[in-house]
Amino acid sequence: MVIIINSIIELLTTKIPLGNWVENLVNFLINNFSGPLNNFSSFIEFIVNGIESILAFPHPLVLIAIFAVAAWKLKGKNMAIFVALGLSLVLNLGMWEPLVITLASIITSVLIALFIGIPIGIIKAHNKVVDLITRPILDFMQTIPPFVYLIPALMFFGLGNVSGVIATVVFAIAPPIRLTYLGIKQVDEELEEAGHAFGANWWQILLKIELPGAMPSIMMGINQCIMLSLSMVVIAAMIGAGGLGKPVLRSLNVVDIGLGFEAGLGVVIIAMVLDRMFGRDS
Amino acid sequence: MKIKAKNLYKIFNGNDQEEIELLKDGMSKDDILGKTGATVGINNASFEVEEGEIFVIMGLSGSGKSTLLRCINRLVEPTSGSVEVDGTDVMDLNKEELREFRKEKFGMVFQHFALFPYRTVLENAEFGLEIEGVDKETRKEKAMTALKQVGLEGYEDQMPDQLSGGMQQRVGLARALAVDTDILLMDEPFSALDPLIKKDMQDKLLELYEHIDKTIVFITHDLDEALKLGDRIAIMKDGEIVQVGNHEEILTNAENDYVAEFVQDVNRSRVLTAEDIMDKPEAVLYKQDGLRTALHKMRRNELGSIFVLGENREYRGIVTIEDVVESINKDKENLDDIIKEVPLAEPDESVNDLFSKIADIDTPLPVLDKNNKLKGVIVKTHVVANLASEKV
Repeated sequence: MVIIINSIIELLTTKIPLGNWVENLVNFLINNFSGPLNNFSSFIEFIVNGIESILAFPHPLVLIAIFAVAAWKLKGKNMAIFVALGLSLVLNLGMWEPLVITLASIITSVLIALFIGIPIGIIKAHNKVVDLITRPILDFMQTIPPFVYLIPALMFFGLGNVSGVIATVVFAIAPPIRLTYLGIKQVDEELEEAGHAFGANWWQILLKIELPGAMPSIMMGINQCIMLSLSMVVIAAMIGAGGLGKPVLRSLNVVDIGLGFEAGLGVVIIAMVLDRMFGRDS
Repeated sequence: MKIKAKNLYKIFNGNDQEEIELLKDGMSKDDILGKTGATVGINNASFEVEEGEIFVIMGLSGSGKSTLLRCINRLVEPTSGSVEVDGTDVMDLNKEELREFRKEKFGMVFQHFALFPYRTVLENAEFGLEIEGVDKETRKEKAMTALKQVGLEGYEDQMPDQLSGGMQQRVGLARALAVDTDILLMDEPFSALDPLIKKDMQDKLLELYEHIDKTIVFITHDLDEALKLGDRIAIMKDGEIVQVGNHEEILTNAENDYVAEFVQDVNRSRVLTAEDIMDKPEAVLYKQDGLRTALHKMRRNELGSIFVLGENREYRGIVTIEDVVESINKDKENLDDIIKEVPLAEPDESVNDLFSKIADIDTPLPVLDKNNKLKGVIVKTHVVANLASEKV
C-alpha cells in the first residue's frame, strides 16, 4: 500500500519533460528540414522585399497621393483628407522609411494569413473532422503569448523580417479562419437548398451562395487580421524585424519618450488608415 | 403520368428498416418516436400527378408535406420507395445525374422566398440559368421574360430587400419560371404573405397557369387555398396521405374523421346556402324566342347552355348549345322539343347538399323560389371559387 502511494507521489512530483520534448521537436525540424525551411524563408523574404521596393520606389508624396486617391474612391472625401494628413505627418516626423518597411511586412503577413486562412475556414465549415481538429489549435494560437513562439520562429528563420512575418501570421491567422467559417455557417439554409434545387454543384454553391453570403463576415476577418498584424509590429521588432517597431523598442531601451511617441504615433496612423480603408463601413 | 410516387418512407434519425417494419405493423408515429427515438417523416405515401394539373398537398405543420415535396427532387432523400418523373426513377440517379435532372425538370419556389440578398432582382431571376451555364445574353432575355410574366418589369435593378413580401415572392416565382422546366414545386409559397397579397398571388398564379404548360405541385396548410388552386388535393396527416381527391370528393366524402374535421374547420359550406353562392342569371331565353335567338344569346354571353322562362318569368327548363345547333341544322324553329329538365335547387338549400347535385350534371343548377321563378344560377366552377374566396 505504502509502496503504491509512494510511487503515485513520485509520479506526480516528477516533472513531465514537456519543455524538452518541444525543444527536441524544434531541433529535429531544424536539423532535418533546413533545406525547405531556407527555401520558404527566402520566398517570404522575396515577397517582403518586393513589396517594400515597390512602395519605396515612388517619392513619398506620390505614394501619399496614391493612397489618398484610393481612400477617396473607397470611402469618400473625408477619408482622403485624413489619409493625406496622417501620412504627411509620418513623413514629417522622419518615420517614412520604417513605415514603408512595416507596411511591406504587414501586407505580406496579411496576404499569407488570408491565403491560408480563408481556405481553411471554408474547409472547416464543410468538414466536421477539420472543424474539430482546428478548434483547439486556433484556441492555442490565439491565447498563447506571442513571445513563446518568437523563439522557435527565430530558430527556424533567423533574425529578421521573415521571423517577424511568420510570428505575425501565426498571431493574425485565427480571425480570417474563424470568421470565414462563421460566415459560411450563417448562410441561410433555404438559400443553399435553393441552390441544390436548381441543380448547383459544390463549387457553384460555394462561389455563388456561400461566399457572397459570408462576405460581410469575411471582410470583418480581413479587418481583424490587419489589426492584429499591426499589433505585432513592436513584438516582431524584438526578433529583428525592421520598421516602426524598431524605434519604439530603441526608445524603450534608452528611455527616449519623444522617439517612442513619434514611432508609436506612426503605428497608430497606419492602423487607422488601414482599418478605415478595409472593412468597417461607417 | 408526370410524377408517380410509390410507397415512400422517410425516417429521420433511425435504423430505417426497423421503423418501416414497425409502421407496417401499424405502430403510430408517436409510439415509434418513444420506442426508437426516430421521427417518421413520411409513412407509405403513394400518389400520382398528371401532366398539366395543379396537385395540392395539404396538411398541418409537421404533417410531412414539405418533406414529401422534397422527396420528388430528392432534396430530402427518401428512406425507401420510388419516385418516377416522366418515367425516370429519381432514386436511381447518381449525384451528377440528379443535378442534371433537377436542372432539366424542376423549378422550385420556397416559403421564405430564398432570394439571394446580394443579387439584384434580375440576377436572382437569372440564377437557375446561370447554374445551367446559359450565356449572358440569353440569360438576361429569359429572366426578363419571366419577370415580365410575374409583373415585375422595371424592378430588375432593385435589391430584394427593397421589395415587399409579395413582390419578393414574385421574384422567387420568376426565378423558377425562367429555367422553363415542366414541373414547378411550390413549398407553401404564399403562407408568409398577408391575406390580401396572398389572394393576389393566387390569382396571379392561376392566370400564369393558363398560359404556361406546367405541372405544379403545391404545398399549403390552407384549405381555402387548396380548393382555389388545386385540380386535385392530397391531405396529409402524420406523414401519411389520408385522402386524395378533387374538390367535391374532399368536401363531401371525407374518408375519415381527420379529413372531415379539417374540412369542417376551415370550410364555410355548412352554413352557406344556395342563395349565398348563386350568380345572377346573366342571360335567359323566353319561350317565344326562336332557335337563332338562343344561339345568338349563348354566343354573346359565352354560355354552353341557357335557361328558358315562360310567362311571368316562370322557369321552364334549359337548352344546351349542342341541341340548338343540331335543331338549326335540321331546319327546326321551335325551342320546345329540346328543353331539358335538370335538378333544381331552393334558395335556402345548404351548399353541402348542392355538391351532390352539381357533381352529376354538366349544366348550371337553377335556383327557384316558391313561385317557380328563376332566382339565380349555380355554376359548378364558381361554387368552389366562391367558397375559397372571402366573398361571402
